[in-house]
Amino acid sequence: MALPSYATPVQRTYYYLYLFFCAVVFFFLIAPLFAIIPISFSVSPFMVFTEGMLAWPPDPEAWSIRWYKNMIGDCSADVVSSTVPCSTKWMVGTVNSFYIGIIATVIATALGTLAALGLSRPHMPYKGLIMAILISPMIVPLIITAAGMFFFYARINLVYTFTGVILAHVALATPFVVITVTATLVGFDMNMVKAAQSLGAKPMRTFFKVIMPLILPGIISGALFAFITSFDEVVIVMFMASIDQLTIPKQMWAGIRQEISPVILCMATCLVLLSIFLLTTVELLRRRSEKLRGIKAR
Amino acid sequence: MEVTISTAELLTTDGIPLKQSLRKAERRNKLRAFLLVFPLLLFIIVTFVMPIGDMLLRSVDDSQINSVFSNTFDEYKNWDKEADELPPEEVYKSLFFELANGDKRQIGKALTRMNYAKSGWKSLIKKTTREIKKIVKKGEEPVSYKDTFIKINKLWADPTYWYSFNQMVSERSSIYYWNAIDRTFDKDGDVVLQDEKRRMYMNTWIRTFKVSIYVTIFCLILGFPVAHLLANLPLRYSNLLMIFVLLPFWTSLLVRTTAWIVMLQQNGVINGILVWLGVISDDGRIQMVYNEAGTLIAMTQILLPFMILPLYSVMRVIPKSHMRAAQNLGAKPAMAFWRVYLPQTIPGISAGGLLVFVLAIGYFITPELVGGKDGKLIGSWIAYHLRTTLNWGLCAALGGILLGIMLIFYWLYNKIVGIDNIKLG
Repeated sequence: MALPSYATPVQRTYYYLYLFFCAVVFFFLIAPLFAIIPISFSVSPFMVFTEGMLAWPPDPEAWSIRWYKNMIGDCSADVVSSTVPCSTKWMVGTVNSFYIGIIATVIATALGTLAALGLSRPHMPYKGLIMAILISPMIVPLIITAAGMFFFYARINLVYTFTGVILAHVALATPFVVITVTATLVGFDMNMVKAAQSLGAKPMRTFFKVIMPLILPGIISGALFAFITSFDEVVIVMFMASIDQLTIPKQMWAGIRQEISPVILCMATCLVLLSIFLLTTVELLRRRSEKLRGIKAR
Repeated sequence: MEVTISTAELLTTDGIPLKQSLRKAERRNKLRAFLLVFPLLLFIIVTFVMPIGDMLLRSVDDSQINSVFSNTFDEYKNWDKEADELPPEEVYKSLFFELANGDKRQIGKALTRMNYAKSGWKSLIKKTTREIKKIVKKGEEPVSYKDTFIKINKLWADPTYWYSFNQMVSERSSIYYWNAIDRTFDKDGDVVLQDEKRRMYMNTWIRTFKVSIYVTIFCLILGFPVAHLLANLPLRYSNLLMIFVLLPFWTSLLVRTTAWIVMLQQNGVINGILVWLGVISDDGRIQMVYNEAGTLIAMTQILLPFMILPLYSVMRVIPKSHMRAAQNLGAKPAMAFWRVYLPQTIPGISAGGLLVFVLAIGYFITPELVGGKDGKLIGSWIAYHLRTTLNWGLCAALGGILLGIMLIFYWLYNKIVGIDNIKLG
């Protein structure tokens, strides 16, 4: 959208002001995420840019990876600081986060894909109502969900267990799978199913050989959404998880509340990298899916 | 010549009427579709809908205390507050026996409930129970139960304690909902304002709405030009710039909140830059986090993608020729924008605005971490009662009100946008 050559100086000014404004907003969106990365390599135990870091030429004394060592549970002498505790909590949290996240993702993807297949059929009764119920976990504020689940799961002794946390995360993650897979199924050519069936394929075989390869990008995107939902979820684990179910978000929350330490920023940096990776994957999958379904890129 | 028209129905090869056979096939298809959805539907109902329903039931439930003090409450209802200053003898008598014989754990639970109605109940009853047990042990039967109580503690002659029973005497009660908006029952069971020092929720409700409205407006102001730019750039560039919008969307909420603490704190990045630029002096650093300003800034950045994405998808399909046509017809650019472009973006504005507003009123993590004392929203009270005071009835009522507000706005959203039009990424 370039400016036409006949634009008046006033229009030119407005146009550049508009571009400048947009640049500021983009900066506002992205800057905080990248500001934390250099600070995580600081030698200082405070979450600030130290003078040494800003000095020119760079002062190698001001930079270190001591907080990363602290994060992976290496508590040797050069890592320990009086204000920053060192423990294996971050690593325990990582293992738990992946454990809960992966199990929740598998269940959510299986249930969500099945439901999306049903919802996309032309004969589905009460579609609107059922869709509203299935999407509701995404809509209700997490704090209400957490309160409701805490009361209810406490009655059946599921609070402070892995099972409880995983069940809760599956419920939160399925709407993302349902939405993504349903979107992939829009414009899905049902004739292919009919063709497969008329050639003698049983329903299971039709699904795995015909439907699944076509909607696989959608399923994987949905699974990634489900995983990140569970992986980042903090409100449910705050109330429903004990110290045994410590996850990364729970540990980060505790870190921000009690001991503001640069180790949090190290984990945050890792999470930013993870989200860049996931974003790229989902974007590539979306393009592949559009190609597979014969939708031209806009 | 006579023509006979067969009135017999069309039959399939099996000899079943075609209509019936088709209907059967239709039913089978419906059933198949439903069976695919059924596992998830059941799962969501059990793990999600039932817990929410359970919470809503809890918000009107006062049965525990009613089972502990059932006789006392029955007698209490007969008390004519106009005629007698204090409750009749029977009330004291039933309370005497219910305290003497009641299950200790159940009474303990009930006492916690009573303290929510009026602070001071817990210690008063605990002391009284001890004295009553002594009397029972001695085997004495008091002549007047009323006098015995007052002898144990003269607070029993204070009718305000008795009036607070009004808040507890029914098993299904709306008291928690009234409490959640700073109201309570007076001695006649009418709804009145709470004492000055117990009013704390209305302020938070108002702040929640205020912050949500501000955040929505800020998101609109910041998001509109950006969405416009993205929608009008060639796809190569807009896809690249879209990363700036989608990356925060994919990044953990806690990471973004932490990042804002790092940016905004007193020796943080922004203050550092301002001092370096000489805008403020070193000891004049601005407090931008742990207050309402921090909540506003952080929430605006976090919710901005939810405004930009719907706006973008609407603006993308507005033909560029419209603006040119308007200007050809003599409209100034501002006029053309106002009369031609803006009206066409209304669906995007309403979708984005509603989405941001609805997400904002239920926000908990960010306000709790960066809000400090005066930037917390209603979600923080829910968490506080859930974990710290264990006043679960009030917690559930606050959640119930919030849920109601959300549902109204989602109903609106559904009317305007359609809930199954939610797209991700």
